[in-house]
Amino acid sequence: MKQTRIIMGMPITIEIRDEDNPLVFETVFDYFRSVDARFSPFKSDSELSQINRGLPKEKWSDEMKEVMELCDQTREITGGYFDIYYEGNIDTSGLVKGWAIDKAAMMLKDLGYNIFFIEAGGDIQVEGDQWEVGIRNPFDVNEIVKVISISGKGVATSGAYIRGDHIYNPIRKSTPIGVSSITVVASDIFEADRFATAAYAMGSAGINFINALPEVEGYMIDGSGLATFTKGFANYVA
Amino acid sequence: MKKIYLGIAILFIYGLYSVGIRHERPIIAAPKLKGIASTSQATIKSKTLQVGPVSRHTYVGASENAYYGNVQVSVTIANHRISSVKFLSYPNTHSTSVFINQQAMPYLQQEAIQAQSSHVSIISGATFTSEAFIQSLQSALNKAQ
Repeated sequence: MKQTRIIMGMPITIEIRDEDNPLVFETVFDYFRSVDARFSPFKSDSELSQINRGLPKEKWSDEMKEVMELCDQTREITGGYFDIYYEGNIDTSGLVKGWAIDKAAMMLKDLGYNIFFIEAGGDIQVEGDQWEVGIRNPFDVNEIVKVISISGKGVATSGAYIRGDHIYNPIRKSTPIGVSSITVVASDIFEADRFATAAYAMGSAGINFINALPEVEGYMIDGSGLATFTKGFANYVA
Repeated sequence: MKKIYLGIAILFIYGLYSVGIRHERPIIAAPKLKGIASTSQATIKSKTLQVGPVSRHTYVGASENAYYGNVQVSVTIANHRISSVKFLSYPNTHSTSVFINQQAMPYLQQEAIQAQSSHVSIISGATFTSEAFIQSLQSALNKAQ
């Protein structure tokens, strides 16, 4: 059974293959709604908006404290490429989606479900079966350019579907062809999402960063349609 | 349900233009709007779009706050259908000056991308939160009514 809702401005899809129980879907969708209510930078009454208006740390919720700590930790791991501070405001969006999918997956497991996927805006956690996951062509959204077969993993893609970016290479004194998208496969979607976000910000060097992380694999597509991928990624190819 | 389908159609179109733009300013060409043209005579929030005798007109939506900046779109209506949606502004954030380290390249593999079978359960792709896009589009369409 598969259900889709639009929450946080994006389609969130859950498929459960263990058994058909419509009620469980709403439980998980409600969780995403609660995350949106807390972390949305759009909503003036969200906790995040209150923090940006000066809500002191002592009054933050446990969830907010957890996310903020994870953001700080991710900034350190990524050498500053993951950064939630922008124009004087805090924005946790680069990490909250993956974090929420990961929590939702744990919620389903706690409820006794073992064969499912949760996908939110192209970021995915798969459990149970071997799932065939397609990587979208950054130059043609109707096309898939790679198919991987995975189980118990998270997959996230960061990128621009319009054209490559403009990255200045200070060593070669040139502007290389930029990165169109980078897909990251990790043990869970939280890891995959935060590292995809940071790796994309790194430009062409992002795939090297992914390569250096243990048990994290990546598939980067540049502006010319050339893909560069880690050796471990090749093992997932269907 | 109609709203959901429409929402999905809009998100799909939105993906064409705006995905990942939190990191950069993409060059946006005149869009092809297969999806929205087919779903619309346009019904956003269940309202039927009725355009007057003018056969072609462009309406500018309000600037809406997205996660990483403001999004503003304009909609051109020709013969009672949306013929194009253009981004007038979109988020442009984060530094792009990057130190490129090519030392790890020998551990990586390369290939030219190729279209694959679309028989998959799920698709991974970049998205961008589209609330602001939908709001700006909605306000442009309201002006068209």
